[in-house]
Parts: sequence; C-alpha cells; structure tokens
Amino acid sequence: MNIFQLAYKNLLRRKLRTCFTVAGITLSTWVLVTLLGFNKGYENSLNNDIDGMGFQIVLTAKGCPYEAATLMLKGGTGLRYMPQDIVQNVDNAKEVLQTTQMLMHAEFDPDKGENGGTAVYMGIDPLTYPLMKPYLKFKQGQWFDNDNSADEIVLGYEAAELEQREIGDLMLLPGSDREYKVVGILNRSGTQDDGMIFLPLKSVQETFDKRGLITMLGIQLTREADAAAFEEELYKLPDVQVVSMAQVKNTIMSLVSSAKVIVFAIAFIAFLIAMSGVLNTVLMSVFERFQEIGILKSMGALPKDIFKMILTETILLCAGGGLCGILLAYAFSGISEAAIRYFLPFAPAGNIIAIDVKIIILSFFIITLTGIIGGIYPAFKAANIRPLDSIRSDSV
Amino acid sequence: MSKIIEAENLTKIYKRGAEKIYALNNATFSINKGEIVSVTGPSGSGKTTLVNVLGCLDNPTSGSLKIEGRQIFSANANLSEAELTRIRRNIFGYVFQKFFLIPTLTVRENILLPSVFQPELKTDDKNLNRIMENLDIAKRKYHLPSQLSGGEMQRVAVARALINNPSVLIADEPTGNLDSKRSDEIKDLLVNLNKNHGITVVLVTHNPRLAQIGNSFIELNDGKLEGG
Repeated sequence: MNIFQLAYKNLLRRKLRTCFTVAGITLSTWVLVTLLGFNKGYENSLNNDIDGMGFQIVLTAKGCPYEAATLMLKGGTGLRYMPQDIVQNVDNAKEVLQTTQMLMHAEFDPDKGENGGTAVYMGIDPLTYPLMKPYLKFKQGQWFDNDNSADEIVLGYEAAELEQREIGDLMLLPGSDREYKVVGILNRSGTQDDGMIFLPLKSVQETFDKRGLITMLGIQLTREADAAAFEEELYKLPDVQVVSMAQVKNTIMSLVSSAKVIVFAIAFIAFLIAMSGVLNTVLMSVFERFQEIGILKSMGALPKDIFKMILTETILLCAGGGLCGILLAYAFSGISEAAIRYFLPFAPAGNIIAIDVKIIILSFFIITLTGIIGGIYPAFKAANIRPLDSIRSDSV
Repeated sequence: MSKIIEAENLTKIYKRGAEKIYALNNATFSINKGEIVSVTGPSGSGKTTLVNVLGCLDNPTSGSLKIEGRQIFSANANLSEAELTRIRRNIFGYVFQKFFLIPTLTVRENILLPSVFQPELKTDDKNLNRIMENLDIAKRKYHLPSQLSGGEMQRVAVARALINNPSVLIADEPTGNLDSKRSDEIKDLLVNLNKNHGITVVLVTHNPRLAQIGNSFIELNDGKLEGG
C-alpha cells in the first residue's frame, strides 16, 4: 500500500460528501472547458466565415455598419440597394484584382415549412463569383451557364436539404411564375453559403424587379494594395458603405468579448465556490480524523507524510471532478453550442465550441492547481497535529 | 539484564491558570530489556503521562530520559520532532484503549499502515502472515474493521504495533474497551509476545488481573512513584 491508495481509501469513507465535492468540481470544469472551447471555436469559425467570403472589402448601400455586417454574414432584412454602375468606378482602380456583384433578396414564401417563411435568394455573377470562392465544391452538378439570365438555380448544402431538392428539379420563386431548374448542389462548406439559394444576378433583378440594382459588391484586392488607403478612396463614392472584413471581424469580436467577460467572471466565481468546497471538505475530514492522524504520527508518519496524504486526497478529488467535467463538456458540447447560439446576437457557421487537446490539458492543469491551492491549508493543519494532543483528547 | 529505559527525576507540569499540576513529580526508575512493567495507580495519577513521555510522544518539563543508552530528554538534549519520530519508528509500538483502525482499510492494510510512512520498513508476506497467525487474525485479513469483534480489533492494533519489530510495546489500557474474556485473550497475547519474542512491554492498566502479568511494577500516586 502507498500514500496514493491510502488517500483514495480515505475519500471513500464519506462517499456522499466526496460525491458532492466532485460534482461541484465537475460543474466548474464543464463551464471552464466549454468557455475555453467557445473562446477558440467562435474566433475560428468567424475567421473561417470571413475568409470564406473570398473578398477583403464589401461595398454596400449607405446604412448602419452593423446591419451591413449582418447582411453579409447572415442574410439580414431591411436590404438597401445601390446602382449597379458603381462597379465601373471600382473596377478601374489599380488596387482591385477583381470584383463580384451580388443582389440579395428576401421574400416571404408561403410554401416554406408549415406556415411559410422567408426565403433568401442570392443573385450572383456566374463569371466572377465562382472565381472568388474556389473552395466551393459541388456535391452534384455545376454552376450556371455563363448566361447571366439563365433560369437556373444552385443550392447550398443545407438549403438543398431543407428544400429537399435534387438536380433537375424545377422550382418556382414566390411571386413569380418563372420556373428555375436546379443545376447544382454544393458540398458543405461550413460557411453561410451552405444556406443560400444562388441564382444568376440578372434573373434575380428581373424576377424581383430590381433591375440595375445590387446590394453588395465584393472586392478582392491585389497583394500589393494598401487596403486602408483604398478604403479611404472608396468612401469618396456617394452613398456607399465600405466594410472591410477585418472591420467586420473586430466589430463582432468586440460585441462578443463583452459577453465573454461576464461569462468568464461567472466561471471565476464558480471556481472560487468549487475551491472553497474542496477546502471545506478536506478541512472537515482533517478535523474528523484528528485522533487518527495523531496515531499515524505515533506510527512514524512525518509531518511531510501527512501533508502529502491530505494533498493527495485533494488532488484526487480535483482530478476526478476535472476528468468528469472534461468528459461532460466534450459529450454535451452540441447542447452547449445550441444554447450559446440561442443567446448570441450573431454566431458564425461551423463549430463555435472547439474543444481540443490543449484546452483539455489547460483545464485539467487549472483544476488541479485550484485543488492544490485549496488543499494546502488543511494539509498544513493536519501535518501539524501533535500525536499527543490527539491521544490525550480521548484518553485523559 | 541491560537497561532499555532509564528515567531520572522526570517531571511534567501542566498549568491550569496560576495553578501548577504535577502530572509527574521527580520520577526515577529504569526498565530492563525483556521485562513486562505494569504501571498502575488511580485515575489522574499520571500513568498515561508517564507512558507518553517514555514513548517519546510528549516532552517532560524537566529530568532526563535515556532509551537504549541514547539521551532523549535532558537539560542539554532537545531532539527535534523528526528525530523523535525516528525513535518512535525504530523502538516503539503503541496500543491504545481505542483501536484507531482505519475503517476503509482491510485488516491486512491496517497492519501494514506503518510501512506506508516508512519505506525502509520492508514487510514481506511471510513476516506479516507470521504475525497474523500468532495473533489468530489470519483468517480475517481481508475483512474490514466493522466486521470484527472488539477483541479482534485490538489484536489487529497489536499486530500493527508489531509490524516494525519494536523493542518496546507501550500498551495504554489495552483492555479498557473489552469484556473479561477478550481481556484475557489480550493478556495472554502480551505474555506470549514478551516470552517468545523478547519484547519489553510497558502496560498501563486499571485491571488488577492484567497488571499481574508484570514482573516489575510502577505505582503512581499524584505523579509520584509510590515508595519512590
């Protein structure tokens, strides 16, 4: 038998108390791992979404920049339009590698779901849009003919599943009797494109009576371009809003970071509670074993042996709770993610809780360290029990 | 016979407010190797204080104590707690009125408990089995203390005290919690340990039948040795 086994068996004496303490540590670890996973996953997903846009700058009609950001990433409502000929002003600039025009249109579709719903259609230029998004691969079919007014539709992966469409199906757009043929279904990309219904730009303009208008102009810059200086130039154009991807990212991250601070504060408090729980449990067990610890010392246990034994008990409690918490956080990350998505104003596509080995090791280290800190006082107290005091307390 | 414990003018004073209580008052005596020494006297006469000082669990206020010829306490010698622990490890085994067995450990594990803190104490199964056979608890080695009778628990406590092969066994009221039948078992056990293994036994008891096993006696009254 060694100190580790002895400490383990000591914890079995008060099973219920040990279980409650481990449960407290488990909950704290669960919160910590989920938060750290969220911290990493959210930023990764946002970067992924933004990189997936394929362009560094977006020009939209003048309005609120947050609306513009939402529009680009989520397909928002309250769309504003700008004249299509603005493209000529941009295309000629030496900083521009290429541009792509987009017209997003939201329309109530009475056939969507049980009670109808809003369908979002994205009119794109078949010549430029695929070039800017080379990562979009097809599950079936291909992009439209180069004809900008073809009666064809390409569905994002999730949109195809939701609409239950296959290649060759014909679709009617709400408010129009024009039939569109599904010519392509995209693979899952993990970006907002998964939920899109793509049509040729001109088709959307004609169907929804937005001739000569676009909602966005995506701009891809050359490697050498000074993005900040070019943005300043773009601001000189009338009635446009310039949104850089870096700006979008910063805006969203600053919105989320204030929420993160609050959540981390809650996690910190949960930790303090867990630590005081550990301290209380171990201290109580030291007082209960006052005589026994004295007897151990009469048997030859040195203060450092007793210190080690009590600290091992604390570490076992924390390691047990830490492992359970990590397993729970991993197993229920889907539920945690759904809950976080529900409360967040904007959540990017992909996994917003990314639990990896680094996070697991870091969390385990933090929990164990917390346990060690919480266990030092009881261990010190136990180490200094005099054998005589404990014996005398019973047999004077 | 060589002397294993030599005490000279051992005094232990407790203070209660301004009042001084002499738990031991100039006790001078010696104990020979291989003896059974019965320490008797009325309650509060200082018996437990005496064995605590002899067993290095407590310091005397004054006087000197030698164990196996080594000066443990005197006006000039003050051993550290770690040194006292080493002496306790190497020389003494303790049995108390309460058994102090760890409830979640089996009989075997309770007996081996001292070896957890003394890595140098190599206890092979043969030695362990011999001790358990001698104390008639071998059949109970995988049982928990809650499954044992009082007499068996005290025998486990004795086995635990013997695992480090002590020269001196200090038994403070070892039958205090036992009925007469179990007390007799423990009495026979102490005699057997002394006769067959040469262990010096310092026995504190109120029980006159148990005290009879001593071949030397220390009688205390108000901290003083009777006739001392």
